[in-house]
Amino acid sequence: MKPFTTLQGLVAPLDRANVDTDAIIPKQFLKSIKRSGFGPNAFDEWRYLDRGEPDRDCSGRPLNADFVLNRPRYQGASILLTRENFGCGSSREHAPWALEDYGFRAIIASSFADIFFNNCFKNGVLPIVLAADVVERLFVETEAREGYQLTIDLGAQTVTTPAGEAIRFSVDGESKHRLFNGLDDIGLTLLHTDKIKAYEVRRKAEARWLFQ
Amino acid sequence: MARTLYDKLWDAHVVHQEDNGTALIYVDRHLVHEVTSPQAFEGLKLAGRRLWQAKTVLATPDHNVPTTDRAAGIVDPVSRTQVETLDANCVEFGLNEFRMDDSRQGIVHVIGPEQGFTLPGATLVCGDSHTSTHGAFAALAFGIGTSEVEQVLATQCLWQKKSKAMLVKVDGELPAGLTAKDVALAIIGRIGTAGGNGYAVEFGGAAIRALSMEGRMTLCNMAIEAGARAGMVAADEKTIAYVEGRPQAPKGDDWQQAVACWRTLHSDEGAPFDAVIEFDAALIKPQVTWGTSPEMVLSVEDRVPNPIDAPTAVKKADWERALAYMGLTAGTPIAEIAIDKAFIGSCTNSRIEDLRQAAAVARWAVAQGRRVASNVKLAIVVPGSGLVKSQAEAEGLDKDFLAAGFEWREPGCSMCLAMNADRLEPGERCASTSNRNFEGRQGQGGRTHLVSPAMAAAAAVFGHFVDIRGLMNEARQ
Ligand code: SF4
Repeated sequence: MKPFTTLQGLVAPLDRANVDTDAIIPKQFLKSIKRSGFGPNAFDEWRYLDRGEPDRDCSGRPLNADFVLNRPRYQGASILLTRENFGCGSSREHAPWALEDYGFRAIIASSFADIFFNNCFKNGVLPIVLAADVVERLFVETEAREGYQLTIDLGAQTVTTPAGEAIRFSVDGESKHRLFNGLDDIGLTLLHTDKIKAYEVRRKAEARWLFQ
Repeated sequence: MARTLYDKLWDAHVVHQEDNGTALIYVDRHLVHEVTSPQAFEGLKLAGRRLWQAKTVLATPDHNVPTTDRAAGIVDPVSRTQVETLDANCVEFGLNEFRMDDSRQGIVHVIGPEQGFTLPGATLVCGDSHTSTHGAFAALAFGIGTSEVEQVLATQCLWQKKSKAMLVKVDGELPAGLTAKDVALAIIGRIGTAGGNGYAVEFGGAAIRALSMEGRMTLCNMAIEAGARAGMVAADEKTIAYVEGRPQAPKGDDWQQAVACWRTLHSDEGAPFDAVIEFDAALIKPQVTWGTSPEMVLSVEDRVPNPIDAPTAVKKADWERALAYMGLTAGTPIAEIAIDKAFIGSCTNSRIEDLRQAAAVARWAVAQGRRVASNVKLAIVVPGSGLVKSQAEAEGLDKDFLAAGFEWREPGCSMCLAMNADRLEPGERCASTSNRNFEGRQGQGGRTHLVSPAMAAAAAVFGHFVDIRGLMNEARQ
């Protein structure tokens, strides 16, 4: 997993509440045997005018010009700004996979669905909860100024606006540690490699048959 | 201090303990199938990671495989790709796989115990919720997600918080004709599908000790339907006898040492449980689910319930929705519900003992000049593995089934979840020995009634549910 320390990036506003995982990545893509490459199908039903299918090349598909992420000014955005209860619905890990593959490393909202929130941390994406009035203000600023960027500092737990205002956010210590160091569960487990090996030696002595 | 079986299994596998209660747990055995593994393998490849202990893995395709002519291959391209991807990953990572054409192929939860891969005292995981099955061997076994599949492949470990311990104690003697499936459904009917949430459940008591290993597996398989991630039964002489001589069981000196260790795999006298629930097996009757959740279950003597009688407003709405989906009217005797199809199989009920029980009904039917009822369009028997299939054939069970009008199929998950070609059409009603009666589980719009193998076979023969106890009395006369 990519570590997340600081991020300065373009902000894209998705002005909707209750965006569910089926909207983030429709269910037909779950048949896929892949974990990567879901980016072109993120928000598939909103983004394209036709229906997407797994393994279909998206480059020639008709785009929905009305969908905010399709606007030229938001191309290359790495921060998604959205409304409450983002990521509700099923527990599929495909949702953060798709957002990350699209290029989003951080999502700012006034609240998130629980499982999705945890899945983000497992997949290198930082979900940031800010008060609804702050989110509202960021929406206004983002739309008012083309090229609007925010700077996110996970260590300091701040989101800084172009005007230099630093907005603090909270994050659970364990999740912060993992994301800051790029430790997915595997990385974190491998920090204990010596202990795993010592366990195996100890266990082999008492239950050798489990190691044949 | 007196420890529960769960305490003993847990303690023996803690690699590292964090202050916040999270522990790193060592995994001894890992079963892999085609549906939940591809992203895990891809993740390993992308990160350039290797397997920690390739030999702790046993892989097989089961969900997507056809149960008819295997030589024809898999017709659906999406299913075929998933199976071929598993084959390719097993080659690339050097894993032991029983491929579709291997005589040992079968449902992961059937082949693990059959091979002696599942061992008492071990931790065993699989990207599949019914991994709880293997707890029948006094093992700590539970299902995991795709990220965790990848983690176990790469590190042999999982981050876990310890659950609370529940004892479900079933004493008394189970009436003739009743099975572990009836016990499992009766338990879920009482405690509900969330009754085991947050618990590791140990099944104990005289009726559990009297069950065969097949029966214990059926029971532990359904622990997840009661909301418990893990179910388990203490090891005893039956456990040891089942494992002895299996291809991957310990041999020689190791066997002696293993057996000595396995004899300690039970809860100590006076060990503390966070919850204890007691049942009297003698009072259990043949169970039939009527709704769209395993807890919506009654005995074959009962009538379809009336939502007016539901204990809460939320349940009332659930019951109304379930009755509408199932196409049932309150007050209808369960025994008058006619079926369109019967499915005998799945990781719950596709082992040799299950097939023997169903075949006995088929044999009885043939002796009576009966066969599968004319209103039943399809009655299929799907053995849990290639080895179960050949043993059944050696015992002549296939002939019993065929003579009575059942179809005899190749092993796999089949109509349990309808990922292959075996499925219900919208509105079709099925007597099924599987474990989930959710909406659409056996095919879109399909209606599932969960029952034991003997009850499913009897329903196929009569065209509607019948009380297996009455049929057994008749058979005796
Ligand atoms: S038989 Fe059914 S429940 Fe069992 S592993 Fe297969 S699909 Fe899952």
